[in-house]
Amino acid sequence: MEIPYTVAERPDTGLNNGKIGIWLFLASEVMLFGALFATYLMMRTGAAVWPRGDTILNVPLATVNTIVLISSSVTMVMAWASLKRHDFGKFRLFMGITILCGFGFLGIKAFEYAHKFHEGLLPSKNTFLAIYFTLTGLHGLHVIGGMAVNAYLWGPGAKLWKTDPEHFTNRVENSGLFWHFVDLVWIFLFPVLYLL
Amino acid sequence: MSTTATEAAHAPHGGADEHHDHGDHAPLGFLRKYVFSTDHKVIGIWYAVTGLCFLFFGFCLVMLMRWQLAFPGRALPWIGHLFGEARMPGGSMLPEFYNELGAMHGTIMVFLGVVPLAVGGFGNFVLPLQLGAPDMAFPKINLASYWSYFLGGVTMLASFFVPGGAAQSGWTSYAPLSVLAGSGQTMWLFGMIFLITSSLLGSINFIVTTVQLRAPGLSWFRLPFFCWAQLVTSFLLLLAFPPLEAAGVLQLMDRLAGSSFFMPSGLVVSGQAVAYSGGGNPLLWQHLFWFLAHPEVYVLILPAFGIVAEVIANNTRKPLFGYKIMVYSLWFLGFMSFIVWAHHMFFTGMGTTMAAFFQTTTMIISIPSVALLTSLIISLWGGSIRFNTPMLFALAFLPMFGIGGLTGLPLGLSAADIPLHDTYYVIGHFHYVVAPGTLFALFAGIYYWFPKATGRMMSDRLGKLHFWPSLVFINGIFMPMFIVGLAGVSRRLFDGGASYDFAQPVLHWNRFMSYSAWGLALAQIPFIINFFWSIKHGKKVDDNPWQATTLEWAAPSPPPHGNFTTPPEAHRGPYEYSVPGHPGDYTPQFLAERAS
Amino acid sequence: MGSHADIDRQVRTYIMVFITLMVLTLITVTISRLHLPVPMAVALALVVATIKGGLVASYFMHLISERKFIYWVLGVTVAFFFFVLLIPLWAHFEPIKV
Repeated sequence: MEIPYTVAERPDTGLNNGKIGIWLFLASEVMLFGALFATYLMMRTGAAVWPRGDTILNVPLATVNTIVLISSSVTMVMAWASLKRHDFGKFRLFMGITILCGFGFLGIKAFEYAHKFHEGLLPSKNTFLAIYFTLTGLHGLHVIGGMAVNAYLWGPGAKLWKTDPEHFTNRVENSGLFWHFVDLVWIFLFPVLYLL
Repeated sequence: MSTTATEAAHAPHGGADEHHDHGDHAPLGFLRKYVFSTDHKVIGIWYAVTGLCFLFFGFCLVMLMRWQLAFPGRALPWIGHLFGEARMPGGSMLPEFYNELGAMHGTIMVFLGVVPLAVGGFGNFVLPLQLGAPDMAFPKINLASYWSYFLGGVTMLASFFVPGGAAQSGWTSYAPLSVLAGSGQTMWLFGMIFLITSSLLGSINFIVTTVQLRAPGLSWFRLPFFCWAQLVTSFLLLLAFPPLEAAGVLQLMDRLAGSSFFMPSGLVVSGQAVAYSGGGNPLLWQHLFWFLAHPEVYVLILPAFGIVAEVIANNTRKPLFGYKIMVYSLWFLGFMSFIVWAHHMFFTGMGTTMAAFFQTTTMIISIPSVALLTSLIISLWGGSIRFNTPMLFALAFLPMFGIGGLTGLPLGLSAADIPLHDTYYVIGHFHYVVAPGTLFALFAGIYYWFPKATGRMMSDRLGKLHFWPSLVFINGIFMPMFIVGLAGVSRRLFDGGASYDFAQPVLHWNRFMSYSAWGLALAQIPFIINFFWSIKHGKKVDDNPWQATTLEWAAPSPPPHGNFTTPPEAHRGPYEYSVPGHPGDYTPQFLAERAS
Repeated sequence: MGSHADIDRQVRTYIMVFITLMVLTLITVTISRLHLPVPMAVALALVVATIKGGLVASYFMHLISERKFIYWVLGVTVAFFFFVLLIPLWAHFEPIKV
């Protein structure tokens, strides 16, 4: 039994099922992070004194992380473009770099967290740290999730390229959409938490 | 005509691409076929049966509460001793246990009972069939969605067994009480995360399926109203749940990491300052909770409207009145539902501008609500009404929902809300919409689609034996709540108001309501017997026992894997009943054009 | 989105966007070191972030050439995003006058 429009686009909507599915999921994620940014606003306006980000957090490290994540976004879209050019080797290369960038991002974050814990800067200490850890922590979980899917597509999932290249390309595009979204959230997280 | 050759189900679909379904031709083992099936019908039945079990369990919880309310402090004979000395010493209920029962009754009924049955059960089973689709767009995600729900349910049930018991801060889990509560609350939060995940996966599936998998000829305004209702419901779930998920994470952070998102500065409990740094805002929890919980109530009612519309059109042998207005009302209602939430928060110290804003949006949202109800009522005019069991439940829905809706109006006006907020009036209001409202509609749906799912009819006689006592008893439970609430008795009182002087004249209603509740339980026995007995012994029926017009009745009863023996096509609108000049009193959507 | 020339053009766009994003990142960090008054700092940071985010969404996520249905879903989502973001804040700043 075949489900229609899994790969082919339905004529009246111009979309395939997976593309709509991932955008709907991203819409729900916008609401999730929206609620957390609302929390940030409530905590900040409700605090007697709110530290400027760079007095507590490590801006140079986070800037590096921003560059790492944005770069990984480029390599992600290049991975997809390589598949559109039927260059599976380049896909493997770009997707591999994307995953490595993910590790880099997480590594830097782990270092940051460890340093904070060592200094006794815990979520329980004040609401700035509470929202910092929650926002970056949830973001980090999303990075891990995206990396897991990317690793699957790089590894065992790549089998699909041989039997249904168009379907595989769409899957990579959809995973890319999630990855870009994770990058987009960080683009707002970074200035809000670290620079303001 | 009931079973058909499965091989015909592999007929190619117009426009389908070569997507190979794993294990399609090899015979599936028991686990893959029944427990881990990706077939929307099997998953729908799992959702429905699990949902019904939780509804029964949630009902048992409140029946226990009703003993305490009818006879405050009195020991419950025999059963009371089953709950141990920590909850019911000597068989007499402790206040903490009462709170546990109250919080879990609400949580279980809303999140584990009604929505899984109404959306997971009916949506999953009926939607692809009414769309003429072979299954949902993402069958494996559908399976994941059910098991996430199941895990959430297990977590919620397990929470009764942790030290301190289950959540006991209301289904609303207001901070700071919930942050300081025992470990059952942590399990509630994790349970909610599983349930919200299930909901998100399901809503994505429903939306993509409706947009992409409609059969040829099934244009938007030929969709059955049920499909529109499920579509709007899915958008509500998709966009309203995430803020509650965020809030759940924040409350978990407060409870487990000691943060102060919802903990204000200087909080003192029982003479002791709490060990929190403070700076947080308890109202933030309320905003994020109600941002979901208000659209959630429309999630509870819209599928019910969908079911009632189908049953009424079918049993009046007439098209729905105002179909287009009903569809536009659905979308308007869905949108407005996102901007009314703080009418649950009129007492939190909000200023007059805020209060005016929310009471205005709340009044506006009653307009599409009334449009929907009125269209359904007018649909009855001039109809040839068949008073079978599904129709009785659908008809009863109309005035019951009317009462529920009308009693909501003073609650939505900030000044009128003052004497009513947090009283039994509120409990009466929302139960009217969801109990004789939604639950009756769900019963209508069960009786209506049971023959499609099983190939057999439920007994109409037992159905009426279920309906009439239920109607009487359910009103017996909830109508007095308006009286008791107007007298000023607060909700969530362990003794039902017995310790207040002003409540004494209305206390006798507590016993009346409790007897009605236990009577309602007895009235479900014919339904339970009917349901199980009819699976094997009900009257066998063909594809279309109700002479209905929508696409699900083109499939065999029960439908095979893949649903249709030949791919259906929609040739006309969904409610072509009693069309002048046509032979017979209905023309199904799936019948090809007759020569004119 | 099929021919090689199309993909080549897109790849060139991706590189341009990447460079722009790097520049904007450096700009936003530099501005922050000026320690401007908070309202101005916030406004500038959000403007830059919105431009960066817009570029990622439009080009990396192909939103600039997406279908109407996606635009509708996202449009409604963005509206609700602003409700949840701003209304609790509004309620907080406009309490009842005692």
